[in-house]
Amino acid sequence: MNQHHFAFFDEGSKKEIRRTILKAVAIPGYQVPFSSREMPIARGWGTGGLQITLSIIGREDCLKVIDQGSDESVNAVSIKKLVHNTTSVEITERTQEATIIQSRHRIPEIPLQGGQILVLQVPTPEPLRQVEPREYMTKILHSEEEYSGAWLQLFEQIMKYGRTATGADHPVYVNSRYVMAPSPIPRFDNVKMNESDALILLGAGREKKIYAIPPYTDVQSLAFEDYPFAVEEFSGKSCRFCGATDVFLDEVLDSATGDVHYQCNDTSYCLEQLNSHEKAKEESSYA
Amino acid sequence: MHNDAILSVKNLEKQFGPGCSTCHNESTRKLEKNYCPQCGTVYACRNISFNLFPGEILGIVGESGSGKSTLMQCLYFDEAATSGELILNNQEFQEENVLELSSQQKRYIRNYHFGMVYQNPLKGLKMDFSAMGNIAEKLIAAGGRNVAEMESIGKTLLEKVHIPLFRMKEEPKRFSGGMQQRVQIAKALSNNPPILFLDEVTTGLDLSVQASVLDLIKTIQRELGISMIVVSHDLAVIRMLADRTLVMLNGEIIEEGLTDQILEDPQNPYTQQLVYSLL
Ligand SMILES: Nc1ncnc2c1ncn2[C@@H]1O[C@H](COP(=O)(O)OP(=O)(O)OP(=O)(O)O)[C@@H](O)[C@H]1O
Ligand SMILES: [Mg+2]
Ligand SMILES: [Zn+2]
Repeated sequence: MNQHHFAFFDEGSKKEIRRTILKAVAIPGYQVPFSSREMPIARGWGTGGLQITLSIIGREDCLKVIDQGSDESVNAVSIKKLVHNTTSVEITERTQEATIIQSRHRIPEIPLQGGQILVLQVPTPEPLRQVEPREYMTKILHSEEEYSGAWLQLFEQIMKYGRTATGADHPVYVNSRYVMAPSPIPRFDNVKMNESDALILLGAGREKKIYAIPPYTDVQSLAFEDYPFAVEEFSGKSCRFCGATDVFLDEVLDSATGDVHYQCNDTSYCLEQLNSHEKAKEESSYA
Repeated sequence: MHNDAILSVKNLEKQFGPGCSTCHNESTRKLEKNYCPQCGTVYACRNISFNLFPGEILGIVGESGSGKSTLMQCLYFDEAATSGELILNNQEFQEENVLELSSQQKRYIRNYHFGMVYQNPLKGLKMDFSAMGNIAEKLIAAGGRNVAEMESIGKTLLEKVHIPLFRMKEEPKRFSGGMQQRVQIAKALSNNPPILFLDEVTTGLDLSVQASVLDLIKTIQRELGISMIVVSHDLAVIRMLADRTLVMLNGEIIEEGLTDQILEDPQNPYTQQLVYSLL
């Protein structure tokens, strides 16, 4: 482990990962293999995303890291520490300030902007893996655009549950060519990938794959004609702290009273909403 | 191609192994059964030519290892034939050797024009998916994107093959061997293929179950007029189903003709042996 390199990796490693990223951007939704490196955090804890972040970050960048909507989880904190210790770049919790946002399981509520890069951590990059265990076969299926297997999985869910039951990681068609696993984000976030202003990079460390959605790419969630794609339903519910209604809400059970509450999953968004409410209240009381 | 044939095979060859200087050339080749003792290359199908006519059931009979399954798999594009031609009487691929098409085009033919029932149901079915899902897989591959439509086709077919509808969401791994073959048949029929390949559909089944599956195949052929190639090592199956029959031995066709004729008056000594042992 060399502490003298900027962003942990030597220049050669960073260049190689950047080349992989360029190829991924050139072929939206296509999984590009890369030689995933050993990292001082365990594989399966975001090493794929981290390798992308470290190879694209520059001194003037500002980084935000979230894990399941939280900036303060142990995992997010240890990734931030590693990046900060080796780059000294600025760290933020505000989505709109960040130039790079590394995330696991969520796309932030605040709409991403042009120039920003979202880096998603991916555990299982292959959307066809469940129907085809062999890697050389899934490669052929992608090359022939043969996605019956992905559709079949959705069909089975409808047979079993009466609807497509993908809790997360609902497959998407990218640029009308490749079917892609969007990583375990809720369906609520799938729609944010379509025509995104920001560049989206996805990294799977254990599976050694990088793939990408360049800005303004068509991204459609797979759905049958008579079972249209639907995001998680929160109608009539709002965040118990900030009152937000058009966001992804977590359900929390109050074990004392048995009541069910809802709150923003994206905690920094929630905090910001609260602050701006406070500010508005103050301003109106001064007026 | 024979004018009336729906499918024509010409000089189809399939070898496993690279061959050697002695066996490369057919005239110097000295095979033991179907393989070269010098290099171990297996000549599983040799110079196979035949026609399949609309609405007929063509039987292929032969002992274990004679190359029947290999031939089926070459026709269904599961295996790449070493050489030879396969021609379909089909507007889209008129006069073309479809063995030389891209794998995407082959997949298209498989999904829209062929049905296959494998000797081993593990090969033809996804055992962890529902029976209905297995049928839908073929429909999805042929462009199906409407769940209700596919479900209704699936139900009709399951009824046709006598699988009770209350079991349609169960996985085939929980079905008996006979039921699994029936699901395979339903799946193979789902896209209304003009041509159906059946490889040892009744092998390993109880006699009474065999009879009902054979009955089913007969009924389907009568009702839908599908052309079929039925492979079996069992002459009784061939006698019951096939209008015409090819006899294979060591990768070659050694006799062909009307099934009745072959059974009553076999010409080839091997066929004679086969027929008389059955009597
Ligand atoms: N993948 C393979 N590699 C090498 N040899 C093979 C392969 N598949 C089949 N063979 C050989 O090809 C020959 C024909 O086999 P095939 O399975 O087609 O026979 P079959 O007539 O279907 O027999 P059965 O009645 O037992 O099903 C056999 O000698 C077999 O060992
Ligand atoms: Mg066989
Ligand atoms: Zn040889």
